[in-house]
Order: sequence, then C-alpha cells, then structure tokens
Amino acid sequence: MLAMPEPKPEILARRAEIVAALAERVGAANVIAEPLRLKAYETDGFTAYRRVPLAVVLPETTAQVAAALAYCHAQGIRVVPRAAGTSLSGGALPLEDAVVIGVARMNRILEIDLADRLARVQAGVTNIAITRAVEGEGFFYAPDPSSQLACMIAGNVAMNSGGAHCLKYGVTANNLLGVTMVTVEGEVLELGGAHLDAAGYDWLGLITGSEGQLGIVTEVTVRILRAAEGARAMLVGFAATDVAGAAVADIIASGIIPVALEFMDRPCIHACEAFAHAGYPLDAEALLIIEVEGSEAEQDALLAKLAAICERHGPMTMRIARTAEESAAIWKGRKGAFGAVGRISPDYLCMDGTIPPGRLPEAMRGIGALAKQYRLEVANVFHAGDGNLHPLIMYDANDQDSFARAEALGADILRLCVELGGCLTGEHGVGIEKRDLMTAQFRAVDLDQQKRIKTAFDPGWILNPHKVFPLVDA
Amino acid sequence: MPPGEAAEATEAPPDEAALAARIAAAHAAGEPLAVWGNRTKASFGRPVQAAASVSARALAGITLYSPAELVIAARAGTPVAELEAALAAKGQHLVAEPPDLSALCGPEGGAADGPPTIGGAVACNLSGPRRIALGAMRDQVLGVRAVNGAGEVITSGGRVLKNVTGLDLCKLLSGSRGTLAVLTEVTLKVLPAPEATATIMLRGLDADRAVAALAAGLGSPFGVTGAAFLPDAAAEAAAGVVRGLGAGGSATLLRIEEFADFIPYRSERLAALLAVHGQASVFGDEASRALWRSVRDAVPLRVAAAEGVWRLSVRPSAGPRALATLAASGLRGFLDWGGGLVWAAGPATEASQRAVSSAAAASGGVFWTVRAPAALRAALPVVPPEPPALAALTRRVKAAFDPKGILGPGRIFAGV
Repeated sequence: MLAMPEPKPEILARRAEIVAALAERVGAANVIAEPLRLKAYETDGFTAYRRVPLAVVLPETTAQVAAALAYCHAQGIRVVPRAAGTSLSGGALPLEDAVVIGVARMNRILEIDLADRLARVQAGVTNIAITRAVEGEGFFYAPDPSSQLACMIAGNVAMNSGGAHCLKYGVTANNLLGVTMVTVEGEVLELGGAHLDAAGYDWLGLITGSEGQLGIVTEVTVRILRAAEGARAMLVGFAATDVAGAAVADIIASGIIPVALEFMDRPCIHACEAFAHAGYPLDAEALLIIEVEGSEAEQDALLAKLAAICERHGPMTMRIARTAEESAAIWKGRKGAFGAVGRISPDYLCMDGTIPPGRLPEAMRGIGALAKQYRLEVANVFHAGDGNLHPLIMYDANDQDSFARAEALGADILRLCVELGGCLTGEHGVGIEKRDLMTAQFRAVDLDQQKRIKTAFDPGWILNPHKVFPLVDA
Repeated sequence: MPPGEAAEATEAPPDEAALAARIAAAHAAGEPLAVWGNRTKASFGRPVQAAASVSARALAGITLYSPAELVIAARAGTPVAELEAALAAKGQHLVAEPPDLSALCGPEGGAADGPPTIGGAVACNLSGPRRIALGAMRDQVLGVRAVNGAGEVITSGGRVLKNVTGLDLCKLLSGSRGTLAVLTEVTLKVLPAPEATATIMLRGLDADRAVAALAAGLGSPFGVTGAAFLPDAAAEAAAGVVRGLGAGGSATLLRIEEFADFIPYRSERLAALLAVHGQASVFGDEASRALWRSVRDAVPLRVAAAEGVWRLSVRPSAGPRALATLAASGLRGFLDWGGGLVWAAGPATEASQRAVSSAAAASGGVFWTVRAPAALRAALPVVPPEPPALAALTRRVKAAFDPKGILGPGRIFAGV
C-alpha cells in the first residue's frame, strides 16, 4: 500500500469554521460538507485508495475558484483539484484534511469559432461535449481518452490526456491554445489565448500535464480540427508478438501514419471476444487494429499498402473493412476492452507505461515473466504506434495478498518500461500511483529542478499534495 | 555591437561536462553569460549585458535516429541541415520546418559562427508554415538535456512519443532562449516526409477575402499544411525566387503534402471548394517546395539592410486587420498560419516598434522583435510585457533554474 500523509489535526478541528468560511466565499449551495455527500468524492478512477475530504467546493465562476484558493492558501489548508474524477492514477484522490475544489459546475461552452478553428469552454465541460458541439459541421476535438464520455477538459489539461489517435493528432498539449488558470494565491492568469505560441516562457506547455500541482484551470481554449472524409480499419492476427511488432515497425517506416494502430495480446483478444463477439481470431497471439483516413479511394489505397506490408509477415488472419459498419465491428471489441477484462476478473489495475516501439517483443516477454512470478493474469492492450502500453493486471480486491501482488507487479512492469528506454506514464499521469517510482526514471537533480518549479508556483505545497513527487512534505 | 553579441568573447566548450563546468564557475562567480549556438538569431531578443558568452555549438552530432520509432536525437550544436539530410535519407523530415533566419538576424556588423543549430531552433521555438497544421517546434520535443544556471546537468522527457511523467520541462525550455538552461541535447519526434507537394494559388484577393479562403481550406478535409497570404509587394518579391509565380497581384497560397497519388484529387477538390473566392491555379512539387521555403524564411518581406523585422501571432481572422494597422504605420508584411502569423518589416524606429506592439495587443495576440538595432531592442520590449502576477512567476521560475540570473540576463525581459 502507498503511504498517505497524516491529516493535520489542527485543520480537522477547524472543519466547521472552514466550511462556513468557504460558504461565505462561494455560496452555501456550492459547498458540500455532509458526510454522505462527501463520500461520493472519496476516490477517483483509482478506486483502491479512498479518503473522505474535509469539504468539497464546486464553484460556478473563476472568481469563486480564486476566492476559495486564496482562503485555503492564507489558512494553509490543502487543496485537491478535481474535474470528473476519472483519473486512473489517483490524481484526484482527496486527503482527510483537504478541501476538494471541483470544476464540474463550470460546464458551459463559451464560444465556438469554426473559421478560426477553436472552442473556448469552461473547465468542467466533458471531452466528448466539445466534439458533439462541432461534429455537425464536420469538426472534432482530437484527444480522445477512453473516458471521454465522462472526463472533463480540466482533467485532460491536468493529465495531458491522450487517446487512441495521438499518433496522428497528438495529445492535449498539442491541441491547446489557451487556459485561464487560478494560482494558489487566487490570482487569475490568462495563459495563451486564441493565437499560437508563447512570447515569453511556455506557460501553457508547463501547465499541461502538471497534475494540479501549479494551479486550477477554469477555462480552456482548444483547437478543433476538420475531420477527414472518412476512416476505415483493418484487423490482422499474428501467431507471435514479435511478428506483430515487426509489422508495426515496417508500417511506420513505410511512410504511412495510421490514425490508430492498436495491439492486443491473446488474453485481451479472448476477453474482448467473449464480451463483444467482434469476430476476433481466438488462435492469434497478437492482434493489430489499424485505421486509416481519407477519401474512399485513399482509404482503399492505404489499406492495400498496409495489407501488403502485413502479408510479408505471414498473418494468420486479415480482415479489411469495406464499409463504416465493418469498421465499427472491428473496433467493437477494442473499445470494450476494459469492460471485457472487468467481466472476467473482479478487479484490475490499468497500467500505463511507454516503451520505444522497437522494444515491444522484449516488453511482452518481460511482462509475461513478471506476471508468472507474481501469479497473476495480465491482459495487454497497447497503442502500438507510439509504444504506449496498457497492461491490465487482474486481481481480487477482497484478497489483500492478491492486491499487494498486483501493485508490486504493476511497479515492476513500469520499471521494466523505464529500463527499456521508456517512461512510467504515457497518458494517465503519475498521481499517487506512480509517485514512489519517480526515482526509477529521474535522478535527484532532475526531480529537484521540478520541485523548485513547483515551489515557484505553490510555495506552501498545498496544491494536490503527496502526488507526483516522491513523499515530499513541505 | 552589444557586448553579449561579440564573437571574440564566445567560448565553446567541447562537451557537455565542460559546458557544465564553465557555467558552474560562472555561477560561483556571479558572472553573467550570453548564451549562443551559432548566433544566427543574434538580434532575436534584447541585447544581453554580459562580458562573456558561452556557446553550445561544439556539442555536435546525431546521437540516435530510429526511423521506425519516429525519433531522432542530436547534440544542441548540430546544424539543422545535418538533421534534415539524415532524415531525408530515410524519407522523413522535421515536422515544424524551423525557418533559417540567418540572413535576417545574424550578429550586427558581423557574421554568424555557422549555420542554424537544432539547439537554437528549439531554444527559440521558431516554426515554419506547417505550424498551423502539425504543431510548433516545441510540440516535437520529446526529451532534453540541459545545463541550468547552477551548472547542473538536468534532463526531462525521454525518447518516447507519449510521456506525461513529471513536469514537462521540454516545452518550458523550448522558446526560453537559453535563459533558464543551456540545451545540450534534444530528442525530437519526426514524421514521414510527404512524397509530393502541391500549392493551390488564388490571385488578386484582398486580405479579408484571402484569410476567408485560407480558413475554408484549413477547415476542409483535404489536409492543408500551409496557408499564406502575400499582398502585392510580397508576392512580387516571392516571384523573384519562385519560378512561375509571375505577376498578378496578391497571392493566396494553400499547400497540400501527400502521397503523390493523392495530390490530383485533393488539388481538384480544394480548387473547387475555393472557386467562390476565385480561379485557382496549381503549382507542382518543385515550385511548391521553393515557394514554401521562401515563406518559411520570410523572403517575401524583401528586407532592406537598415530595416527592422517583427513577427506577430494573432487569432487568424485578426490577421488582415493587424496587417492594415501596420501598413498605416508604414510597415509592410505578409500572413502565414492561415492569417495567424504576421511578418512585418519597415523602418527600425521606436514608432514602428510601438505600432507592432499595439497591433498585437489590439488583436489579443503577441509579438516578437526579430531584428532591430541593439539600442532599440534595449529601449523597448521585444515581446509583450507580462501582467504583474505573471511577471512575478517569470522571475520565480527563472530563479528556480538560474538562482543568480547569469544565463542571458535580460534576453527576453529587461531585468530577468
């Protein structure tokens, strides 16, 4: 189990006073203090850890966020920023002596400008809502994390969220134009705007992925893109992981950048097939789903080129979608992968390391050996083109030993990613989950540099404490 | 020549350890240093008041290139052209196509020390026409090694395409112009180079119509990767270097980069989409490449020896108004990035500098002084001043990297 800080008794003792002070600043209707309602905020998508917060504040305006932060800063009260609470790394996990400041009630789309290809939204707007608002005109917001129905843009900015289409369209950081951010002192900063690039330091780049350590984002301007004319997928099954890995390398080297290039291993194929009946080959060791975009003729040409490359690697099965419906059928299993694994195992940990794609076979062998060592099943689903791995470690939450082994296995898998030249997290963030592994990737001098930046923004270290940086207490 | 831009004082340590030792010594002595690569962008920023200079130009060479993983790494002093050649040999390229501004902003009254380096391209975060479609230089930076102002070698990021581990110093250092840390090695994402390029051109539009046409192209599904507007004078200047451009007034230009087989269809569809704005003509591969290289390097400005040069980044639809405001102040220019990037040139005077500053502010955007005499760059801000809360953060973050303020003091903001 990960160590959590002791709550400060002097803060706990002032609970009623703090709740009253917050209500005065943001309105009583925007403060939650009843134990039953607080319980809804005790965890996020990393459900193995739970802490009921001191209070939850759900401001409706940037000014209210600023007032709440200024008060907490002045009083030395810890603050845990929260959007939809879908973090898989415990990024929004509360602390007993912390005030959660959530942006869920700031959920309006403020401006859509198709000519300038941007949308300005409040931070509590969901990821999918941006695409929904512009898809009628053929546009979309590119980053598409699996949680996109629920997750909010503030959380996407905090975690620099990705998705299945990053290889072509990039992650959140590459699709942002500006944010309104409230500093811990309650100052409102406009970083970026409707234009490209920073004149001074790249605040937008630093804020994105900073996991609520530097401030609270209340408004976001994103770039929206015109969707391609169409997209279609193909599915290819291979008898061995190494062969699938070699096919991936050949595809990238061929000059084609597929819009998605997904990999599933045998346990994942079986789980998805049982769940979704997508017609996946049950005898394959590795399955690739490859999607391309363009006009019908361009899709045909690209799929033919990809098929020729895959043929050179002797696939067991190959299915090329001829229509959007056939394409959807290919995606059906992959899109339900997490749910499918959830059906065969009572609980699972979804890991998120990245490796250089060329090391895929070694990573697969290493993960297999580690899983055996810890006596646990692992199903693998990866964004193969960019080397972002999502091993799903199955365990039983009612069995403490099983959970302890799952956590230890997850940590070893992430250390393996670092050893192979990769990193601890590709898109889920460090949060609390990977906090203690940071020293596997960074030297003390590197972490110290990051901590000095944190201190420049948050001198008292009250923002999202005990996350990201290994057991630092201010 | 300002002291920090003098070649004779520049030291170029042979490796990262020596560079770190030199900076550690300067840190111990509280000795300010100007920070350079080959000084091809010497005038891009305020003059640095430092008797000594340090350059990363001797740290050279590609350290990793894995085409199938879309990643290349090189020491900071490696010429951009060397990376471009290595990538071209494998059919790949640098996505952000960083401009070569050595003809515009080399050292006053002297020559640069060599060609533009990759460290300089990242440190200045300068991106070419593809910025509007595929991201800036900073968007391609996967990993950095650098020496901070205490002489410590720090790293951030890595060599993988997706990485959210810890704070992203890669982006923070990109564009920081050596004032936080001196880059020693950068790792970049690369992409397959397109097989072929074509340009759709409309002649004689005014700026408003042109930007509407560019917006229509960028908002189309046909993959526009360049969108520029050259007013009459700029089009005429470009015609001097691009065969076949000829006369005909302003030029509205949209670039497609694709597999050769896909180009005819996309050109036709784009021309049809733009028919409401005028009759389109299409440039083939060779002329297109020459054309966009000239747009990338601001050649259509045809800058005279004593003139100043500025870059403004604004909301694309605000580009025409910014251009008109600048013209009223005696500055000429052209638009890239669908209207969002304004290149401007004219008399290197305080009046011009103020006109640029207010045009950027009026459109809610930003500006950079690219070239002006040192006295002007010292007297007036070279980027928009930050509001107090942000300026305080700038100072604190600067101190977090460079506690004694020895790295390029005053390069971006006076006193920082």
